[in-house]
Amino acid sequence: MAATDREVAEPGPNAEPVEIDRVIIRVAGDSGDGMQLTGDRFTSASALLGNDIATLPDFPAEIRAPAGTLAGVSAFQVQISDHEITTPGDRPDVLVVMNPAALRKELGRLDPGGTLLVNTDAFDERNLTKAGYRTDPLGDGSLDGYRLFEVPMTSLTKEAVQPLGVKPRDAERSKNFFALGLLSWMYTRPLEPTVTWVESRFGSKPSVRDANLAALRAGHAFGETAELFDHPYRVKPASLASGTYTNVTGNTALAWGLIAASRLSGLPVFLGSYPITPASDILHELSRHKEFGIRTLQAEDEIAGIGSAIGASFGGHLGVTTTSGPGLALKSEALGLAVSLELPLVVIDIQRGGPSTGLPTKTEASDLLQAMYGRHGESPVPVVAARSPSHCFAAAIEAARIALRYRTPVILLSDGYLANGSEPWRLPDVADLPDISVPFATEPNHTGPDGEAVFWPYLRDPETLARPWAVPGTPGLEHRIGGLEKEDGSGNISYEPSNHELMTERRAAKVAGIAHDIAPVTLTGDVDGADLLVLGWGSTWGAIDGGVERSRARGLRVAHAHLTHLNPFPPNLGEVLAAHPRVLVPEMNLGQLSRLVRAEYLVDARAVTKVRGVPFTASEIEDAIVKEMGA
Amino acid sequence: MADVLVPDPTTTPKDWSSDQEPRWCPGCGDYSILKAVQMLMPTLGVAREDTVFLSGIGCAARFPYYMDTYGMHTIHGRAPAIATGLAMSRPDLDVWVVTGDGDALSIGGNHLIHALRRNVDITILLFNNQIYGLTKGQYSPTSEIGKVTKSTPFGSLDQPFNPVSLALGAEATFVARTHDMDRAHMMETIRRAHDHKGAALVEVYQNCNVFNDGAFEAITGRANRESMLIPLRHGEPIRFGAEGERGVVLDGQAGARIVDVAEVGEDALLVHDEARDDPGLAFMLSRLASGPHEATPIGVFRAVERPDYAAETDRQLAAATAGGDADLASLLRSRPTWEV
Repeated sequence: MAATDREVAEPGPNAEPVEIDRVIIRVAGDSGDGMQLTGDRFTSASALLGNDIATLPDFPAEIRAPAGTLAGVSAFQVQISDHEITTPGDRPDVLVVMNPAALRKELGRLDPGGTLLVNTDAFDERNLTKAGYRTDPLGDGSLDGYRLFEVPMTSLTKEAVQPLGVKPRDAERSKNFFALGLLSWMYTRPLEPTVTWVESRFGSKPSVRDANLAALRAGHAFGETAELFDHPYRVKPASLASGTYTNVTGNTALAWGLIAASRLSGLPVFLGSYPITPASDILHELSRHKEFGIRTLQAEDEIAGIGSAIGASFGGHLGVTTTSGPGLALKSEALGLAVSLELPLVVIDIQRGGPSTGLPTKTEASDLLQAMYGRHGESPVPVVAARSPSHCFAAAIEAARIALRYRTPVILLSDGYLANGSEPWRLPDVADLPDISVPFATEPNHTGPDGEAVFWPYLRDPETLARPWAVPGTPGLEHRIGGLEKEDGSGNISYEPSNHELMTERRAAKVAGIAHDIAPVTLTGDVDGADLLVLGWGSTWGAIDGGVERSRARGLRVAHAHLTHLNPFPPNLGEVLAAHPRVLVPEMNLGQLSRLVRAEYLVDARAVTKVRGVPFTASEIEDAIVKEMGA
Repeated sequence: MADVLVPDPTTTPKDWSSDQEPRWCPGCGDYSILKAVQMLMPTLGVAREDTVFLSGIGCAARFPYYMDTYGMHTIHGRAPAIATGLAMSRPDLDVWVVTGDGDALSIGGNHLIHALRRNVDITILLFNNQIYGLTKGQYSPTSEIGKVTKSTPFGSLDQPFNPVSLALGAEATFVARTHDMDRAHMMETIRRAHDHKGAALVEVYQNCNVFNDGAFEAITGRANRESMLIPLRHGEPIRFGAEGERGVVLDGQAGARIVDVAEVGEDALLVHDEARDDPGLAFMLSRLASGPHEATPIGVFRAVERPDYAAETDRQLAAATAGGDADLASLLRSRPTWEV
């Protein structure tokens, strides 16, 4: 648990800040209360201070569920730390609630003794009833176990903005900035980054800008002057590796990774995409960056999204389509076409809870088997998964590299947690990024029956088994490709039984062969002779890392291996698995990777599963390890 | 990649024909359409390497295999979407879509209407034979009500689409109709479609001699053509018949209707204006016949100018890149950063 130093009492409000090593803060309110913005701004200011951070936005699918209801509660959790962290933390130290529904929904996360900040103005009979309270929890003693701070945030905000002549209704909207100002004082965050942001964001709406700034400053001043708080806290900058840092979400990092892939391959990116939660932000971000020659199409549906990307790839662009699970299902026939055409294509699936519409805004990692097998026929597709928000950048480049080099669609798996979560990212030196360019075919590659030079679109590179990529506009290489089975080499339609078997095996061998071209999996924790290996993939990385470290602190010998490549697996995975007597696979599904590993390597890999729409916590992983070890 | 279309007057129809043997049924109308297109290509001033034929699934969809150009035989109904991506990313290419009534109007209906409304610069040839051929004879979205097929033994209940009406309703800028029995008309109509900047749809009445033989005989048969086909010619009065004895008038609230010219006088005939901005009149003309058993207009219904989608995409890109080469390192530092 974070050391929030709850024991320190004493001096007055102007006391020196007390240093703590980390804190987990959760803000919760109505969907319309601006909680995501509050969390995001607090995170940004903390990042600029040099803390390590990890965030977990947690919001409902409804844009605006009825105000004041449990369904409408939107929350944002952030952990800030003076040392390296990999998760937004298990349980908050501080919970800020803007209304009774938020209190009711979120209180269970706060340990007794935790700090609870309540906007008392929202605790009227109407809101209490909507939240299902029969008595006011602020008055019935049910919150006695917490460090409760009652702050009339709405009325203090109204008071602060009243001199500006802002209408009361508009004034109330700024109360999240009051909360942000108060939190900023409590944790000694500078206001300047937020002020700059407000000025730029609301520059065209001076009354909103001024109201927000007034509320922000009022919240800060309240912390300073009210006698409620003993002293502020300070979290020192983390001792991270030196470099230039920025704070990114997974979706932003993904979009930037695609832009980088365009630069590194020398090919323009074409994105065909249909809006879907939680993937749309990639479309938004890429649409903004036409200066990089990015073409984006908001297609008429998911199928047209991938279809247009296939068309662009045929034309010599880097075709990309972005989606979430339901959209990937719709794309599966076209994905099979891309497998058959053997054209480069990057398919990005930001996973969410399923099946069907499922939990659109909640995270899950249950599309692994869909990515692996969700097509008819023998249809192998390389699969790559990102492990953290900033890792999405490298994962996008890697997916593009494989797609281009092997002329194949590649599925890149991220999820809602990575998509919206953020962390500090040490920016890479652009010069260090890999060259992923591939040549187009320019010459005929075969001799016809009459000795003439001809172009055979399915004559493969002997090393990669990739076929040549000849783009329209190249004289002499005119050719036809399609979804019908093709004759090996010539690419002409062929229904020959032995040819189909050969082509099926070639396509499989091409994808399997990528194993020789990817990094071996490495271990962290007890790299030699661990009694237990925790094998993970995707966004469980942070929680597993934390859980493994805690288990090791208990004296258990545990190693962690985390897969970026799910298909094919890294070449040494079998060896790594065999070297460990026990293998545990935590997954945000009902055991999809564990099933693949068991089938592939005949090891007794045990799944630890969670499908609750929120990521694993480190303590859940720790508990699973302890249980497995019988310790 | 070629930056300009290179006129290639040296090619012959044979140069545009691939080494693959067409595998349509003997007597299929597709042969005559293929022949017309292969004869047309050398006259268009385009190079083979800059030409791409795309198709979906169905008998018509085999078309790209028989053209010695770049080509892609894709999946059912999706060719307009794939063509959209290709045309957007490579506006230098000449992109064609060959489709059928099931491919374009049933499984691919969504992609067709969106390609048309966006005005992507592609030429769509819709072979309409009012039947599913490749799956051996089920009714299609253009089959007439009451059609008895394997899947409708008691007769089809579905109201058919009129592809020309549908395209006009989808904001298409070029809509035309021709038929497989008249090579000269096909070539001229398809040439117009090709030359149109933006999405062009040509419905080609095509006979399926195996599963729906004679579907258009009443209007395209040699003996019937003069009296049953209404040629649309821009700027000319709309009239037909051996002596031009019948014509089309616009009759107040009744709309467009067919009359005897002798009764109304030549001056009363509607003068065809394919360039009318409002598609209403073209739509009325598309409704003159309820099916290919009544006098049916052929030719160009509508040909209007509207910016094409790829050109507009490029215009936005050009504006965004006017400031010079964008810098990746700057992008990564475009949000607040800090040093450690």
